[in-house]
Amino acid sequence: MLKHRPTIRDHSAEANLFARRAFVGFVFVLAMVAILLSNLYKIQVENHQDYQTRSNDNRIKVIPIAPNRGLIYDRNGVLLAENKPVYNLEVIPEDVNDLTESLDQVSKIITISEQEKEDFLKDIKHTRRFKSQILKARLNETEVAKFSVNQHKFPGFSIEARLARYYPFGDTLTHALGYVAKLNKKELNKLDQEGQATNYRATYDIGKLGIEKYYEQLLHGEVGSQRVEVNNRGRVIRTLSMIQPKPGSDIVLTLDIGLQQIAQHALKDMRGAIVVMDAKDGGVLALYSNPSYDPNLFVHGISSKNYKALLNQDRPLINRATQGRYAPASTVKPHMAILALEENIVSESTSIWDPGFFEIPNVEHKWRDWKRWGHGHVDVYKAIEESCDTYFYDAAYRLGITKISDFMARFGFGDLSGIDIHEETTAILPSKEWKEGRFKESWWRGDTISVGIGQGYWTATPIQIANATNILVNKGINHPPHLAQVAKKEDQVTQINGDEKPPVILKNPDNWRIAIDAMHNTVKKVTGTAHKAFKGVSYDPAGKTGTAQVVSIAQGERYDAKSLKERQRDNAIYVGFAPYNNPQIVLSIVVENTGGGSSVGAPIARQLMDYYFAANPVELAGNIK
Amino acid sequence: MHLDLPLLIALLIMMIGSITVVYSASGQDTAMMIRHMTRMGGAVIGMIILAQFSPATLKRLVIPLYCVGLLMLVGVLLFGVSSKGAQRWLNLGITRFQPSELMKLAVPMMVAWYIGRNHLPPRPLHLIIGFMIVMLPTLLIKEQPDLGTSILIASSGIFVLFLSGLSWRLIGFLSSVVALAAWPFWHYGMHDYQKQRVLTFLDPESDPLGSGYHIIQSKIAIGSGGVEGKGWLLGTQSQLEFLPERHTDFIFSVLSEEFGLFGVCVLLSLYLFIIGRGLYIAVNAQDAFGKLLAGALTLTFFVYVFVNIGMVSGLLPVVGVPLPLISYGGTSMVTLMAGFGIIMSIATDKRMLLK
Repeated sequence: MLKHRPTIRDHSAEANLFARRAFVGFVFVLAMVAILLSNLYKIQVENHQDYQTRSNDNRIKVIPIAPNRGLIYDRNGVLLAENKPVYNLEVIPEDVNDLTESLDQVSKIITISEQEKEDFLKDIKHTRRFKSQILKARLNETEVAKFSVNQHKFPGFSIEARLARYYPFGDTLTHALGYVAKLNKKELNKLDQEGQATNYRATYDIGKLGIEKYYEQLLHGEVGSQRVEVNNRGRVIRTLSMIQPKPGSDIVLTLDIGLQQIAQHALKDMRGAIVVMDAKDGGVLALYSNPSYDPNLFVHGISSKNYKALLNQDRPLINRATQGRYAPASTVKPHMAILALEENIVSESTSIWDPGFFEIPNVEHKWRDWKRWGHGHVDVYKAIEESCDTYFYDAAYRLGITKISDFMARFGFGDLSGIDIHEETTAILPSKEWKEGRFKESWWRGDTISVGIGQGYWTATPIQIANATNILVNKGINHPPHLAQVAKKEDQVTQINGDEKPPVILKNPDNWRIAIDAMHNTVKKVTGTAHKAFKGVSYDPAGKTGTAQVVSIAQGERYDAKSLKERQRDNAIYVGFAPYNNPQIVLSIVVENTGGGSSVGAPIARQLMDYYFAANPVELAGNIK
Repeated sequence: MHLDLPLLIALLIMMIGSITVVYSASGQDTAMMIRHMTRMGGAVIGMIILAQFSPATLKRLVIPLYCVGLLMLVGVLLFGVSSKGAQRWLNLGITRFQPSELMKLAVPMMVAWYIGRNHLPPRPLHLIIGFMIVMLPTLLIKEQPDLGTSILIASSGIFVLFLSGLSWRLIGFLSSVVALAAWPFWHYGMHDYQKQRVLTFLDPESDPLGSGYHIIQSKIAIGSGGVEGKGWLLGTQSQLEFLPERHTDFIFSVLSEEFGLFGVCVLLSLYLFIIGRGLYIAVNAQDAFGKLLAGALTLTFFVYVFVNIGMVSGLLPVVGVPLPLISYGGTSMVTLMAGFGIIMSIATDKRMLLK
C-alpha cells in the first residue's frame, strides 16, 4: 500500500499548487477575522451602553440603611421609649447553601429553640431572599463570642448589632404608648400600596399599637442608602457613596409619668381605667388601664406561652380607658341637670318630692332611688350632691330621649374622642334610631328613664367620660383629648395637637355655674358623696361619684354585693376636677365590680390630685387664698 | 542558531502581552505569575531546542511518535485519570501527561509525511488513508470526552489535506455530507453537557444563572470595555470576579474589558502577523512535508484563535479552548511553542540550503 511509485514529481507545479492553497487559506483566515471583528464591533461599540449598564448593575449594589426611630418622652422630658443596641443572629437566606444543615450546625453552638427556628422559617417565606432575617434575637455576650469564633463555617449567617425598641417603664405605659414589633406580610403589602415600601427596606419593626402605631410615619424617619461595589459573591469591596438616613421625629407626650405611676399603683390588682386630662388644653396626663402587660415582650416576638397567658378572663390586652364600655351612671347627672335647666324642665329654685322611687302612669314598674326611703325635697343642687336618682328619672322622662341624645352627643358621647391612638370605641349613646337599628324595636317611654341616670342602654368609655366632664367644667370650651404634644426633629419643634373643637353653647350660660357648683358641693358639703374622700386637701376639688349597675336588679329586690358574683357587682365611677374655680385637671376613674364610686373611685381621685398639686406647688399656691 | 527572528519577536511580544493580562486576571497573584513565567520560559527553551532539529530528523520521528501517541490515547481510555468529568490524563508516576497534546503535533506531522511522500495533489486512496490517520486519534479523544481538542486535531489533519490540493469538488461534496451528518451527531454523538452548551449558546439569556452565566458575563465584560477599555487592572467584571475562568479560557474577555476594541485590534494584528509569517515560511519550505506541516500548524493556530474568541464573544458554543499564547495554562502553551519550534526548523532548513 505504501509502496513508492517511481514517478517524476513536478516540484514547481506542486509548489504553485501549495502556494495557491496557502493563499486561499490566508484569505479564509482574513475572512474569519473579519467575522470576529464585526461581532466585536457590535458588542463593544454598538451595544456598549447596554453592556456598560449591565456591568454596573453587576458590581454596584444599593444597601438600605434603617433610620433611627424617634424617641418618646413624657411632658417633663423623661424617656419613655428608647432604642437600645442588641446583638441578633441574622441570616441572609440567599447566601446560605444548605439552610437545614446550617441551622442544625448552628444549634450545636448556640441554643436555638424550636419556636425560634419555626418563626424564622416562616419569616423567610414572606420576605425577600436578600434581606437579612433574625434567627435569634438578643444574644448574650457568651453567645456572641461562641458564634464569632465559628463564623467562618456559616456563610450567610452573621451577628448584627441593631437598635431595638425598649420601654423602660414596662407595663405602666403599654396602653398609651403601644409597642413596635416585627413587620408582617400584611403591613408590608399596605406599605407597598402607600408607596412606602422603599422607605421600610431596612426596617424590621413597625408600630403595632398606641402612640407607636398612630405616629408611625413621624417616628420612623427616612431610609438612607449606601452604594457599594460588590464582588460576585456579594462581598462589599468598597463604598462608593452614601446617603445618611434621616432619623424619625422625637415625640413629647402630654403624659406625666409620675401621675401614670400613681394611677397604676392606685388600681393595684383591680380591673379598671384612669384618664387624667389637662383641663386647659385636653392633653392627657395619665391614661392607664389595669391589668396591663409588658410591651417589651412583643418587641422581639412574644412566645406563644407568654401570649396565651395574656388571653385570660381579665383581658389585659383591652385598653379599658378607650375601649372599655361602661354605663356612665351618675357621672352624667350634671350634664343631665344642665339639659333640664336649658329646657326649663327644672329651675335653680324648684324642687321635687322624692319618695324613694319613680313611677309613670299605667306602668307597674317602679324605678328605685339608691336611697330606699328617698331624699325628700330635692332641688337641682341636692340632686347632684347626693346623686338623687328620682330627680333625674323625672327629668329624663319629661325631656324625652331625642333631646337627651342630641345634647349628650355634643359632649362627645357615642363618638370617638379623637384621642391619638387607634384603639378606641364609640360605645353607645342610645337614641330612637339607634334602638330601631340595633333591636328592630321602637323606643319605649320607659327606656328613657334609666338613661336619665346614665344607665340603661347608655355606655361610655372612660376617655369619653373625662372628655365630657372637661367640656362641662370649661363651660362648653372643647379641647379634645390627645397624648402627643410636639414632634421634635433636629431643632425643629412642631405642635401636633391642641386644636379646639366647636364649643357647646348654652341658651343660658349660667346653667354651667349651677352644675359646677353642685359638683363642688359634692366634695365640700358633709352630705356630698365625695366629701369623706377629700377631707383636708389643700386644693379645692369638685367631682361626681357614680355607681353603675352591671346587672339589673329584679323588682322589689335589694342590691346585696355579697350575694352577687364578683363580676356582677357594681362598677365604681368617679369624675373630678380641680381647682373648682379654675380647673387645671379633670379625671375619670372606672373600677370594675368594686361597688361605690364614693368609697372606691373618690379616694383614687384624691391620690392623683394630691400628687398633681404637690408636684406643681407654684400653681397650687396661687389657687389657695 | 536555527531561529526565525520575525516569528520569535512576534511570539515574545505576545508573551509580554500575556503576562500583562494574566497579571490583571489573576488578581495580581504573584505566585501564579511566577508559575506562568516559568512555564513560558520552559516553552521558549523547548521551542528553541526543537527548532535545532532538521525536518529530516523530524520525519524519522513521525511514525514512532504517532504510534506511541495512539497507544497512550487507548491507555487514557483504559487507565486514565479523571478530572472535571473527563478522562484526559495518564499518570506517569512523577507527573500527569495529557497524550492529546502530543497528538496535536503528531497528527499533522504524520499526515504531512504520508501525503508529502506522494505526488500532490494526492490520489483518492492516499486521501482516504490520510483521512483515517486523522480520524482515529480524533475519535479516541472525543471519547475522553474532549470536544475542543478533537476539533483542533481533526482540523490540523484536514488542513494538511486541504493544502495538499484536495479538489474543490470533493471539498464541496464532503461539506454537504458533514452538514447532513450533523443531525445524527447531535442525537448520538454529543454528551448532554455539550448539548446544553450548544443550547445555551443559541440563547444564553434563557438560563442567566446556570450555563448561560459564563457567556452573559463574558459579553458584559467585552461590551463594557468599549473602544478604549476600562484600563489595566480596572476591569470590574474581572477584578470583582463576575467573569468565570478569567485567566484561562476567558482571558480574551479580560483583555477586551481592560483594553477595549483597540487592544483587540492589536491582538488580532499580532495573530495575523504570526499566521502570515507561518504561511510565508510554509510556501517557501524546501519540501512537501515541510510545506504541509508548517501550513497546517499555522492554520490550526488560527483555529485556536477563532474558536476561543468566537466562544467568549458568543459566536460559538463554549468548548474549552484556550486563547493561544495568552491564556494561563502550561500544556497548551508548551504544545503551541513546540509547534512554532517545528515551523522554525522548517524555515531555517530552507535558509541553510540557500547558503
